[in-house]
Amino acid sequence: MTALLYILAALVILLALGWLARFVGQKATGNKPLFRDMPLAVAFGYVLGAAIVIAGIWYYFQPVTTEQGTPDAGVTFFHWAVHGFILAAIAAFLFRLLGRHVGTAGSKKLFRHMPLTAAFGILVIILYAFTAIFAGVLAPYGQEEVFAQVNALPGGDASVGGNPDHPLGTDQIGRDLMSRLIYGAQNTVGIAFATTLIAFLLGGSLGFLAATIQGWLDQVLSRVVDVLMAIPSLIFALLLMTIASAWAGSQQWLLTVYMVVIIAVIDSTRVFRLARAVGMNIVVMDYIEAAKLRGEGLGYLIFREILPNATAPLLAEFGLRFCFVFLTIAALSFLGVGIQPPLADWGTMVRDLAQFINFAAFSPLTAALPIMAAGAIALLTVAVNFVVDWMLQKSSGLKE
Amino acid sequence: MNAVLKIILQRLALGVLTLFIVSIVIFLAVNMLPGDFAEAILGQGATPEAVAAIRRDLGLDQPLVVRYWDWLSGVLQGDLGNSFAQANFSAFVGSESGGNAGVAQQIAPRFANTMFLAGVTACIAVPLAVGLGVLAALYRNSAFDKAANVFTLSSISSPEFFLAYVLILFLAVLNPMLPSLSNIYPDMGIAERLQKTLLPALTLTLVVTAHMMRMTRAAIINLLASPYIEMARLKGVKPLRIITHHALPNALAPIINVIALNLAYLITGVVVVEVVFVYPGIGQLFVDSVKIRDIPVVQACCLIFAAAYILLNLLADILSILSNPRLRHKR
Amino acid sequence: MTDSDKGQPLVEIRDLRIEGRSDEDWNPIIKGVDLTLHKGEVLGLIGESGAGKSTLGLAAMGFARDGVRISGGSVMFDGIDLLAASAETKRKLVGKRIAYVAQSAAASFNPAHKLIDQHAEAPINHGTATKAEAEQDGMELYRRLRLPNPDEIGFRYPHQVSGGQLQRAMTAMAMSCRPDLIIFDEPTTALDVTTQIEVLAAIRDVVEQFGTAAIYITHDLAVVAQMADRIKVLLRGEEVEENETREMLSNPKEEYTRSLWAVRSFERPEKPPVPTDATPVVSVQNVTAAYGKVQVLHDVSFDIHAGRTVAVVGESGSGKSTTARVITGLLPPKAGQVELDGQILPPDYRKRSKEQLRQVQMIYQMADTALNPRKTIGEIIGRPVQFYMGLTGRKKRDRVADLLDQIELPAETYLDRLPSELSGGQKQRIGIARALAAEPKFIICDEVTSALDQLVAEGILRLLARLQDELNLAYMFITHDLATVKAIADEVVVMKDGEVMEQGSKAQMFTPPHHPYTDLLLSSVPEMDPDWLTNLLAERGRDNIGDAASDKID
Repeated sequence: MTALLYILAALVILLALGWLARFVGQKATGNKPLFRDMPLAVAFGYVLGAAIVIAGIWYYFQPVTTEQGTPDAGVTFFHWAVHGFILAAIAAFLFRLLGRHVGTAGSKKLFRHMPLTAAFGILVIILYAFTAIFAGVLAPYGQEEVFAQVNALPGGDASVGGNPDHPLGTDQIGRDLMSRLIYGAQNTVGIAFATTLIAFLLGGSLGFLAATIQGWLDQVLSRVVDVLMAIPSLIFALLLMTIASAWAGSQQWLLTVYMVVIIAVIDSTRVFRLARAVGMNIVVMDYIEAAKLRGEGLGYLIFREILPNATAPLLAEFGLRFCFVFLTIAALSFLGVGIQPPLADWGTMVRDLAQFINFAAFSPLTAALPIMAAGAIALLTVAVNFVVDWMLQKSSGLKE
Repeated sequence: MNAVLKIILQRLALGVLTLFIVSIVIFLAVNMLPGDFAEAILGQGATPEAVAAIRRDLGLDQPLVVRYWDWLSGVLQGDLGNSFAQANFSAFVGSESGGNAGVAQQIAPRFANTMFLAGVTACIAVPLAVGLGVLAALYRNSAFDKAANVFTLSSISSPEFFLAYVLILFLAVLNPMLPSLSNIYPDMGIAERLQKTLLPALTLTLVVTAHMMRMTRAAIINLLASPYIEMARLKGVKPLRIITHHALPNALAPIINVIALNLAYLITGVVVVEVVFVYPGIGQLFVDSVKIRDIPVVQACCLIFAAAYILLNLLADILSILSNPRLRHKR
Repeated sequence: MTDSDKGQPLVEIRDLRIEGRSDEDWNPIIKGVDLTLHKGEVLGLIGESGAGKSTLGLAAMGFARDGVRISGGSVMFDGIDLLAASAETKRKLVGKRIAYVAQSAAASFNPAHKLIDQHAEAPINHGTATKAEAEQDGMELYRRLRLPNPDEIGFRYPHQVSGGQLQRAMTAMAMSCRPDLIIFDEPTTALDVTTQIEVLAAIRDVVEQFGTAAIYITHDLAVVAQMADRIKVLLRGEEVEENETREMLSNPKEEYTRSLWAVRSFERPEKPPVPTDATPVVSVQNVTAAYGKVQVLHDVSFDIHAGRTVAVVGESGSGKSTTARVITGLLPPKAGQVELDGQILPPDYRKRSKEQLRQVQMIYQMADTALNPRKTIGEIIGRPVQFYMGLTGRKKRDRVADLLDQIELPAETYLDRLPSELSGGQKQRIGIARALAAEPKFIICDEVTSALDQLVAEGILRLLARLQDELNLAYMFITHDLATVKAIADEVVVMKDGEVMEQGSKAQMFTPPHHPYTDLLLSSVPEMDPDWLTNLLAERGRDNIGDAASDKID
């Protein structure tokens, strides 16, 4: 309760400061329009923002070790976060700079108007793709290789239970975590990508077919999709996975295949909706009518007239769908019914490593392990979303 | 008004029909299992007599349509069947009827817990998201809007368990303010219950707020670009009044829609979060039952989730019809 | 108004410069325009699309839309510097002393509130009247603007009132505080001609009665001639010339202005009548058609002969475009049939042979949606050449070059361009070339010039006329614009509510006696004469124009 009062008091003080700042601004600039027409709420916003930035800077310069000599995990994490953020920003900036000067005229133009977030997104996607493709070369050990030392702590410091051969330590049965993290890129991302691809082929082709032919085919497909979409996708996936696990029996790899098929089918319903809607918008265009009246066949209509105009929204949707599929697979794996061992997978890793989080006060790096695996998932989806957001904004900006 | 009533009745009928078809889909999906329930219950060492007995007991020797009808009429009377795990357990212990082994009794308290969690989340998330969304739309392209954009995009993209563990790390482990395990008992006080629920609720809030805020922002920006807002500005109407009188009445439909859609989304988000925090809700029960293939429970949970999802979507539909002036005042 | 009445000007704009943003760059929209407006004076701003008329009109209120900024010059309103004034000062001015009437009244009224509440909002907020007074005054204004049921109409929601009525209600709303200045931004552009005339008469009356100064923005010369005391012509953000209306109409000084005036002079010579025994290229026979249960065409019949143009005229909803859909086979009729060269065409286009499809081609109103934006010009025109004629490679390219030559575009520069790189008129020419590529006998032209500026439209009409003479084509020309009919038609079919009202040769149509609807349609088209509206009102009376008259005819 007192905490709430403190917060309220702080806000009131900030509001007063905001008013003061605006007043000073008006006097200092001789009533420039910027300050003259500024609502109090905006002034408050500026002051609040400034207060948060100052608080952050103050916290950043707190000592890393507490008075008792133990590491202060909070400050350590904050340092990591700030450094990570700055590093990411610099990397994205350099990458964009590179893109502006290397490549074709078209790609240079693309990079010139690119926001930093999108550049960051593209960079991350490239890095993930690289890691996934060359996982076998990059990883120090195989994903199934078991070592003698189990539960080695990360950091490689042998005096506190680490092992220099395993910079991120080993898991409960002695597998190298660094290698599993790298192989995770191959397995998790690869499987999600394949699933999305199948969902797109299925949903996209049926969606365009429904939009072009219309009539009863469209009615039937749309009603089926309506029903399938009435069940929340994660719930439906879990239900079907129950059945699939009975079908697969003890063959774990078969269960992974079933999972790909199940998620692809569930997700293809969303793709169908979008493809149909995009297709419908294009089909009403006069140039489609002209082509129909010319006597063109269905194949020509779909592949030559409709598809070229649908690539932009479909590409954006592919990004969003991929994120969704990726997150669903990660969630299923996290719940223990997704990608099956011995394949290394990030969702499963989070579940297995989760209890390490309680060691945060003693060893921040250990506590970071589950966050790292979960963060690997988050980072890729964030990156893809940044790029998609930029693409959508670009295409909507062109319309206006 | 009559015309609106007609549309709403149509939607309601459609909702009921969808629910009916979904129940068929769930029933059929479950019946795609190889072998049958009896073998699944008794395992590999079962004698043919025992299998036959259980089969008769569960009515598995009846044709599909009859079984569906029995199941559906049971569901409509609040009887969700008997849990395998419980049946198994009672068989093992040797008690006769299994006592209160019904799925309904098992689900009811957990359902209440889940609704509590969803309710707490909604209470925090809805005002926060709508408020921030409107602000972002009003001051679009400002530093605040851009920061909010990056933040919401990141939180939408992150898996729920990532956000959950980050929150646990900061609010439970490093600063022990909230418990990281939400063990809730029926006879718990409301304050304590709230405290235990807060962390999972905050996790869900992060996800749902981000979605809701982005959708609210988009809806309001769309609205602010309409000619009648420009007209109001050119009539010299005060900025605040433009928002309250010209934008909000028209924004109501899209905002209500956004809220209902996100509450529907909440239903699925609950599953992962409940598992992370070991929260005794229906989501956790669902996942546990999936793992041990306890079909009646899986079936029942699935139906409940689907029903909640359909109802919320239906609600969104109906409310947005009601708040649309063009539909309310027919020509 | 004479020069001697003028004292201090109400609006004084000096060297105004406005820029608009595209991507990261700011491009000039208005490049240094001066404007002076005295109390009670009406200034007509005229120009083609992209001339910056609306931007200039809004700038006179001290307002710039999102993505537009005022970069230089000054705007003085009654001694107040609008560009230096605070947001608060400007807010108190607009709505009260300067009011705005938007192009689309349907979109500019808030759908959530009743008309009268929106009407009363400005007076109440500016403190010039109480709610009751404002509502009373609103009804009075509705009466003056000749809205039906003036005491009741204000209590309806915008979507319950027709477009022409909404436009008058918006004028009433602008009048609610008795402003000194009203900006009319193309208030009648979206309306049908018969409705437009009513709105014009109403606007002119109230502006005169209250002595309000106005800036009237439009692209239609004949309209501005009725409304304005003075006319200013804009071209790409610069002033061409300004003068008093009569002087401007009779004696334009600049080349550009003269070319605008000259547009309406194009008219084709009359052709000899068709021999009575000739087989028409297309014959529409007793066609009745419906969308679902809604009947849209009743017993429509007419013939189109080789080398002739039949103009199908009517207002929106009259069934002109539906007739075209029946002929092309997109909408199979409920009854009746369409013949091509004396042969009955299958009702559904999917049942027609390639040869039959080839003979009937179409040119669309919106060239933007008629050309696939992802295909080059060469591909767009090349496809029918290959599809129907079976030409490929070198032969196909030569044929496409020929076609481009026919529509007066140099092949080498345009062959590899995308439609988005072309102007509106050029796109429409590509549409024509695509139709010609099939070497048809008959082309349907659906409002082909209505989305274009007058000068460009003129070029398209001349091109179509030339092609008809060279290739002996038959045209069905769908239009709502009688000037276009005069320019190109040989025969005219007048439609209303899905029925043919009257048909005959152009000469017959434009000489009395007329069918009453044709008469109404003809008389509603504004003419360049500044006295036209005054004379017409005197001649026909106020109750024999617009929707009122149109409704009587059924």
